[in-house]
Amino acid sequence: MEKSEIKGFIAARVAKELKDGDVVNLGIGLPTLIPQYLPKGVNLVLQSENGIIGTNPYPTAAELDPVYVVDAGGQPAAVNVGGSFIDSSVSFGLIRGGHVDCTVLGALEVDQEGNLANWIIPGKKVPGMGGAMDLVVGAKKVIVAMEHTARGSVKILKKCRLPLTAIHCVDMIVTEMGVMKFTEEGLTLTEYNPEFTIDQIKEATEAEMILSPDLKTMF
Amino acid sequence: MAKFITAEQAAGLIPDGASIMFGGFMGCGNAHKLIEVLARKGTKNLTVISNDAAMLKGPDGSEFYGLAKLVHNKQVKKLIATHVGLNPEVAEQMNEGTMEVTLIPQGSFIEMIRAGGAGLGGVLTPTGLGTIVQDADHVHSVVEIDGRKYLLERPMRADFAVICGHKIDKAGNVWYKGTTRNFSQMMATAADVVIAEADHVVECGEIAPEDVVTSGILVKYVVDGGEA
Repeated sequence: MEKSEIKGFIAARVAKELKDGDVVNLGIGLPTLIPQYLPKGVNLVLQSENGIIGTNPYPTAAELDPVYVVDAGGQPAAVNVGGSFIDSSVSFGLIRGGHVDCTVLGALEVDQEGNLANWIIPGKKVPGMGGAMDLVVGAKKVIVAMEHTARGSVKILKKCRLPLTAIHCVDMIVTEMGVMKFTEEGLTLTEYNPEFTIDQIKEATEAEMILSPDLKTMF
Repeated sequence: MAKFITAEQAAGLIPDGASIMFGGFMGCGNAHKLIEVLARKGTKNLTVISNDAAMLKGPDGSEFYGLAKLVHNKQVKKLIATHVGLNPEVAEQMNEGTMEVTLIPQGSFIEMIRAGGAGLGGVLTPTGLGTIVQDADHVHSVVEIDGRKYLLERPMRADFAVICGHKIDKAGNVWYKGTTRNFSQMMATAADVVIAEADHVVECGEIAPEDVVTSGILVKYVVDGGEA
């Protein structure tokens, strides 16, 4: 797979997890590509934690009002008809209170216990956690969407090395190599991209990974 | 009853070393005029409680959007925030040792402010459990209730809250436009003195009572931002 196709490939697979009417919070970067891969008839209610329910991810120039309406990345945004603006307390009440069906975000590391690290590289990058810690604790389903490795070095580990965002919070990982779910048995490969062999996927994964008895191809 | 003063008079109320909550998210909802006057005046050693330090560039391309002006001028001694990645000057000053930065999860940050303004002794949240946040000074302890663990976060207050409303009436009632209300609604309850900048000052009644977001009883001073 061409490097340039990877992000879209991952976003397209995550899109299949989302149902019409789901309230979804998308992290910055790759997850913002997801809406363009939704099948016709599947409309999400996007939540931006800074205070929008019903974020319009593709506003026209005329809809933009950059001084007054921004998304959770601080970028100009708009609200859909039927949406609303809320304050931060209500927004995070919705998030922690289980009113957000799904959040999709990137990761620096995920481990086999479902722990997630995605907010700090001590001594190098200290941007802050923003809303990430609340989102992964509160959203009903947490999907990590990321490239399987970081320039060849493993990211799906036995145990996270970086400071955690939250413990036991990840439900599912989608990469260009496959789909992994956290089940009672442990981290389970449920789908794989046939461009890779199972051995290649195992090699790129440090975590103990079980193969699902129903293992199938991604698309 | 809210008193109407100029931005210069408002800045004059804030001494060196004050703690100030600033409403705003990446600059959206910052009290831009008042911050500009504070930057010009050079008030020093501030403790700033704000979600972030805004961004180096504003939406119109101008340099140092909102709070980024105070950071650029090195007026901030301590920053309590949730995310500072869009203003690299924070990391620079943190590494130089000239600015102390405390990072709090955004949902805990706003609830700590809500608790501070609502007379509550703290907030119990599952957010941050099992992470380095658990060991931070703003966390009192880990509490177990009916078999579930929570962090007990301390309430947070400040000397001043500086917020911005799109319309503020002569009784100090505030209506916010778009996503600008973000943290301001709670910050207005959690400071000794609340200063609200108005994009437009309007007559009482022009904001319908059911549309008032921040009650005028919380607002001590209004600065006319002069967009009327």
